[in-house]
Amino acid sequence: MTAPAGVAERLTTLVAALRAHGIRIGTGETVDAAQAVAALGLTDRETLREGLAATLLHGTAQRPVFDPVFDLYFPRGVGAPEQEAAGREDLRDRLASALAANDRAMMGRLAVEAVDGFGGYGSSPASDGWSSYQTLDRLRPQTLLARVRDNVRAQGGGSGFTDRLLEDEIRRRIEAFRGLVAAEARRRVAERRGRDEIARRAVAPSADRVDFLFAGKAQLAELRRAVQPLARKLATRLAARRRRAARGSIDLRRTLRGSLSTGGVPMKPVLRRRRPVRPELVLLCDVSGSVSGFSDFTMLLVQALHDQFSKVRVFAFVNRIDEVTGLLVHGRADPEGLGARIQAEATLTGWHGSSDYGMALGEFAERYGAAVGPRTTVFVLGDARTNMSDPNLAAVRQIAERARRVYWLNPEQTASWGTGDSAAPDYAELVEMHECRNARQLSDLVARLLPV
Amino acid sequence: MFTSVDDVAARLAETGYLASPAVATTVFLADRLGKPLLVEGPAGVGKTELAKAVAEVAGARLVRLQCYEGVDESRALYEWNHAKQLLRISAGRDETWDETRTDIFSEEFLLPRPLLTAIRGDDPKVLLIDETDKADVEVEGLLLEVLSDFQVTVPELGTVTATRRPFVVLTSNASRELSEALRRRCLFLHIGFPDEELERRIVRLKVPGLDEALARSVVRVVGALRAMDLRKLPSVAETIDWARTLLALGADSLDETVVRDSLGVLLKHQDDVLKATAKLDLDAL
Repeated sequence: MTAPAGVAERLTTLVAALRAHGIRIGTGETVDAAQAVAALGLTDRETLREGLAATLLHGTAQRPVFDPVFDLYFPRGVGAPEQEAAGREDLRDRLASALAANDRAMMGRLAVEAVDGFGGYGSSPASDGWSSYQTLDRLRPQTLLARVRDNVRAQGGGSGFTDRLLEDEIRRRIEAFRGLVAAEARRRVAERRGRDEIARRAVAPSADRVDFLFAGKAQLAELRRAVQPLARKLATRLAARRRRAARGSIDLRRTLRGSLSTGGVPMKPVLRRRRPVRPELVLLCDVSGSVSGFSDFTMLLVQALHDQFSKVRVFAFVNRIDEVTGLLVHGRADPEGLGARIQAEATLTGWHGSSDYGMALGEFAERYGAAVGPRTTVFVLGDARTNMSDPNLAAVRQIAERARRVYWLNPEQTASWGTGDSAAPDYAELVEMHECRNARQLSDLVARLLPV
Repeated sequence: MFTSVDDVAARLAETGYLASPAVATTVFLADRLGKPLLVEGPAGVGKTELAKAVAEVAGARLVRLQCYEGVDESRALYEWNHAKQLLRISAGRDETWDETRTDIFSEEFLLPRPLLTAIRGDDPKVLLIDETDKADVEVEGLLLEVLSDFQVTVPELGTVTATRRPFVVLTSNASRELSEALRRRCLFLHIGFPDEELERRIVRLKVPGLDEALARSVVRVVGALRAMDLRKLPSVAETIDWARTLLALGADSLDETVVRDSLGVLLKHQDDVLKATAKLDLDAL
């Protein structure tokens, strides 16, 4: 190692930045990471990246946070590229050939040049910086698609069956180039503003920590992809809880079978498994624009868990309520279109389009009251913002009396309950209300609250 | 065991395991730091194969503990051979109790299970703990003890400490979140789907009869399928199966009919097949 002291300092600040993103790293791992650096040396950056990832991370989900932070603390280079940036057309030409050849190293160098040439803004030291948005806006790599495609075809690389894959492949390469530009812009900004601050602010949190209410389209799509694995995880957790809950009489046959290995002495009594009474679940989901991301995700999650319950019924409302269980069953193949289909096929709105909890809950108690019985657990999903109309507490009380349990999951942070038109505190007096802002909180709550 | 990261990659390649830089780096570190290696990733990307390849490279014996729901100490660590102990007791009728007691709790009556086997003895070993996520939480506690100190206490015999630490590989499909304590003791490696170039080399290595151009097309189609939102993405194992299928069908290039007929090798759900058929325009005929 060339500069051990400097490396140690660099490493601990990197760890601190990762911790600020909620990755739990102990001192032991930091020491391991230092040993890894000593063993691997500092010559190859990608080897170092993998080495640090292996020692510092504990899960796959942490990798998307780690990579940009690593890029900031162990940057590819320092300062601006040596040669003066070329013109826009020249850069686009070279980018087109790099995209055609799928040359990652070349694309990386071009990203550096592009940010240097087109990404700078501002002139005073306090307000200047580097913007990936501006770079991409001037360079417009997406408009190269047709040109790159024709290039590849002209070289004979696009004949036969796989020709139809070409456009998507080029699109993915362009997407990768955008990522490289974003990373480069972050690096340049970090040189100006201080690495620690950029690492904290400019690196997106992992998907399960994104607020439902502020999640973008891409993040919601990423969350949807996480539904199946999450459901599987929750199912095993529920099964474990169920197993632990098993108390009962001795199962003689299995106890005797088990005693064979101890010479017929029944050392370990085996208890008879209780036949599980699978609980019923009713979901009431606010699908109005403000919270639809949260509702969609939760509905998909519960649907993915459906074999854990004897009956799952899902109702959606804005200011009128309708059952959407059937739509959800068919929705498994196409989760993206779920929200749109619910809006199109169910009757959710009356005279106006804004949400009205009082009306919807009242209608539920009236029309679907029979869906709730002593074995039913009810989940209400929504922000409890009633647009100033009557919260209809009587209906909630009626549902709560009939059901085994009623839980309310609110995607707003606790501090804003009761502000403005939120009726959350009123409802929270009648039923248990939990803050549920991101996928991580949701999975914790689901694991804890779901009946077994 | 290894001198450098490149050395790892080269020697694993000799056994027929083509490692990505991430895999090679992590294996090198696991060997250097003497820490267990926790490997996660989708099914069929070669997690178990990695342990086998490392064992072959190191000339070590592979000891495998397959985890399942309900695996316990007596399956993982050791067990007393109860039947044999009973026989011993009934054979020696005239002995005093002290003699019998010391005798029946000796090596002869011990049935070592994978964890104990991996720790005892001087020959090099690779311990593979497969599908760790399937085991119950109690077993994880057991693993913690074994993996941090590489020692096992058998009350009647005393503590067995490893004279030579085995190279430990744990695999997990992430069906359950492993405990933080176990993760802390391990180096973490996620094996994902390989990049295009690596996968092409893997296909060429595993299916030697396939020509270069077809291998390239195969990998590109699989890459396109992985970019779709499918229930079960095709893994490397499926890519190889598909390549073999194409070879067996005698296809020398891909076309609509061949792909449509053999899509079942790659995709295991009907929904996925329908979706892929639509996206790849296979109906366009």
